[in-house]
Formats: sequence, C-alpha cells, structure tokens
Amino acid sequence: MSMDNAIAPLSVKNLSCRYARQDNYALRDISFIAKAGTITGVLGPNGAGKSTFLKSILNLLPHEGSVKFFDSTLAKNRQKIAYIPQRSSVDWDFPVSALDVCLMGLYPRIGWLRRISRVHKEEAMHYLEQVKLQDFAHRQIGALSGGQQQRVFMARALAQQAELFLLDEPMAGVDQKTQTLLFDLFSDLKQQGKTMLIIHHNLQAASAHFDHILLLNQTLVAQGTPEQALSEDAISRAYSPIEA
Amino acid sequence: MLDQFFIIDFPALVIVTLASVLCALLGSFLVLTKQAVMIDAISHSVLPGIVAGVLLSGSFSILYVMAGALISALIAVLLVYVFQHWGKIEQGAAIGAVFTAMFAFGVLLLETQVGSRIHLDTQHVLYGALELTYWANPFEWSSMPTQIKTLAVLLIITVVFLLAFFKELRLTTFDPTYARIMGYRTYLFQIILLVLIALVAVGCFEATGSILVIALFICPAAAARMLCDQMSSQLLLSTLIAVFCAVMGYLSSALLPLWLGFDMTVNSASVIALFSGICLIISIIGSPKYGIFAK
Repeated sequence: MSMDNAIAPLSVKNLSCRYARQDNYALRDISFIAKAGTITGVLGPNGAGKSTFLKSILNLLPHEGSVKFFDSTLAKNRQKIAYIPQRSSVDWDFPVSALDVCLMGLYPRIGWLRRISRVHKEEAMHYLEQVKLQDFAHRQIGALSGGQQQRVFMARALAQQAELFLLDEPMAGVDQKTQTLLFDLFSDLKQQGKTMLIIHHNLQAASAHFDHILLLNQTLVAQGTPEQALSEDAISRAYSPIEA
Repeated sequence: MLDQFFIIDFPALVIVTLASVLCALLGSFLVLTKQAVMIDAISHSVLPGIVAGVLLSGSFSILYVMAGALISALIAVLLVYVFQHWGKIEQGAAIGAVFTAMFAFGVLLLETQVGSRIHLDTQHVLYGALELTYWANPFEWSSMPTQIKTLAVLLIITVVFLLAFFKELRLTTFDPTYARIMGYRTYLFQIILLVLIALVAVGCFEATGSILVIALFICPAAAARMLCDQMSSQLLLSTLIAVFCAVMGYLSSALLPLWLGFDMTVNSASVIALFSGICLIISIIGSPKYGIFAK
C-alpha cells in the first residue's frame, strides 16, 4: 500500500500475461503501485515484455491479476488515462494533420453527433503550443520529424486532460532536443500532480528522470528508487538470458 | 434519339453515378485501413447469397437478394475469422480461400439451380447488365428502375452515417487502439462499414457485376490517397474521380461507338473499370506531392 492516503492512479496486483495459445508466460506476477505525481520508468532488455505490460494494464491483451485505476476500473476512468503508442504502431500516411490528432483528445468532451467547432480548434491549438508545435498544426503527421510526431501524441494526451500518462518508448528515434523538451514537459506535468508510466530503453538517463523504476524481464526483477532498482546485481539479472 | 437517351441512357447514367459515389466513399475507408482486399472477398462471396435470394423469391427481388447477400457476406467474414484463428493461416490466405470457394459455390448454384427459369446468368454476374435497364418514362416515379431506388436509399444511409459519425470514424480508423481505450466500440464501426459495403456491393451488382465493382471501390479511393492530406478531401476527391470515371466510362462505351458510326457498343462496366485504373495510374505518376516525379 502507498504510504500516503492519496488514491493511487494505478495499482497492479499479480499481473500475468500468457502468449496466445501457449503455456509459457510473457509476463509473470507483477505488482506495483504508481503514486500520484510521480514518474515511473519501465526498463528492461528487448523482449522483456515492456509493451506487453502496458497493453495488459490497458486491457488490450488478455491477462490475469488485477489492475485498478484511481481505485476503480478502467471503464470508469477512461478520460483520465492517456496512452501514447509506440511510434512504429502508428499509420503515418493517414490523412490527418497534427491538429486533427490533437483534436481527438477532445472528442469525448465534444460528444456524439456534434461537430468540431472553432472553440475546440483553438483549445487544441493551445495544447499544440504547449509542445511547441503551433507552427506545424496543419501539417500531415507523416511530414513531421520523429520528435514532432511524438509531441503530437503528447498534445493529444494533454487535450484529453489526462491524469495518468502511459507512454510506450516516447524517446525512441527522437533527437536530443526533443528528448530534453519531453522530459521538461514530464516534469511540468509532475508538478501539476500528474502521474506517468514511461517505457524507456536508456539505463543511464533513468536516474535523472524517474522517481520509481520497474526493472522488467518477464518478471519484475527489481523495483524502487533508481538507486535501489538499478543496482549492478539487478541489472545483470535483468539483462542476462533467462533459462527456459 | 432523345427519347432513347431518356429511356435507356439516362437511367444507366444515374445508376453508374450513384454506384460510383457509394463505392468511392466506402472504398476510401477500405483503402485507409489497408483492407482493400476485403472488397474482393465480399464482392465474390455474396454470390451464393444472391442466387439463394433469387431461388427463394423466384425472381430478382431486391429484398431477398440483399438479405441473401448480406448473410453470405457475414458468413464469409466469419469463415475468414475461423480460418485465421483456428486454421493458423494468415489473413490474406484465409480471405483468398474463403472468397474463391464461396464464389465457386455460387456459380455452381447458379448453373444447376437457376438454369433458364430466371434471367440471371454467369455473364450478368461477372460484368453487370447495365444495358438491360430502362426507365419507361423518366418523368414518372412509378416506372423508376428498382436499382435506382435501391442505390438512392443506400446513398442516403451512407451519407447520413458518414456525416453523423465523421469524427468517430476518423478516430477509429486512424487509431483503433486509442479509440478502444477511450471507450469507443471500434468493432461496431467496423461492422457497420462492412455491412454497408456488402449491401453496396450487391446494389451495384447489376450495374457493374461482382468483379468490376472492385475497381470502383479501390481505384478512385487509391487515386485520391495520392492527392490529398485531409480525410474530408479524401472522401470528396475520391467521389469526384469515381463519378468522372463512371460518366465518362458509360458515355464512351454506350454512346461513343454509335456516334463514331460503329453498329455496336461495348460493356460499360469494363470501360468504367478501365477509366478508374487509368485515373489511378495518372495520379501515381503525376501526384505533385507523392507521385513518382514529386520531390
């Protein structure tokens, strides 16, 4: 349980996930709590199940164990939860502009059968400004750089007024300038009490940016503060080949 | 001459125009979601349903035929799913197996059961039978060909659906995962689109036949894909291209040969399909932004 009395935005208990039609587990028995206003880094080697972990949390994959959002279900907190997919899973040729994507974060508030008004567009522009993309609002998303593309999805999450951000490798294929910009944005959001769960590949950068670390390799190898979770011993256990 | 135009060519032009608009609008979604092969599957696998509808009603009754076609399209989609998930084969192979088998079954049914009792032959099925339509008096509603009524109703339903749910369709086709997390029932939109596509494939059946309708679903939408960056312009532009192909295709197949002094016409559906293909090639080569010669 968390030390303070605030409701945890995310609490995961004994989460396991099996490969389709197989007996062996992609993830086994993971439990952790993300406290409000913290940034959790999910680290581990390729194939450790980091994306699987995020997708199971979001009920996109069948899993065992319990996942609670704000001490309740996903269905009751959808608007508060923003998912930012891995860049490779997006269709960058799709005919939508940066503004169109950002506006999608407003759809639940716009509601069914209602058109997007100028007020909505202005609001979306405001969120694009927060990620410094106002000058690229009308550009087709495929014509943006990798870092700009990542920021478009961040703007959509902001537009959604999410409380919990789940990001799948936001720094992959992103230049140094954008990395700094994104990490600054994350710490701004943290100041506002937002919670983030970020899949990341770079162990070195981890201690500077994360409050809490989950070191994954099919099981939870270690968790805690960067100092605790990233001990030499833990890293060597996480990155050594797993016996079948 | 003018009378003949109003009785024969005018209804045919109305039919191909309506059909092309419907195909372009729905085809755009297939092209955008990279599911263009689905129209191949649907247009072929509706055949046994159409034949069953004809057998049950004893004529080409549009309600029976539509119901039959819809049922066989849904069976096809279900079979593809079953093959894919329990047969351990990839989607493309599953679709290929299902639609050819169902089409073959439809042809057998057609040849053995329908015979000469009802006017429905294999050629009609393959290339359409636009030349068989006529409107005795275009100023009289009662004599309006059923095909026009059917396509008009489908067009109204489709346009209302697209306008009402435009933003949700954009979201669920662009980013279905995000849409699911946000609580949208993405599969519902997919099913509605699939049902509309199956109905339109049958509605266009007489106009274009079950094979050539594929060209109208894919080519204008794919051509528009090369030319624009907005979903709304994708839908509008593909519609314009499709209507152009339909009208030009019809005119050059049904009227041009006569004007040129030949004592024959050629199959309209083929020429329309040809025009759509040419439009696609031109847009692939000439698109200022994405074409072969674009920077």
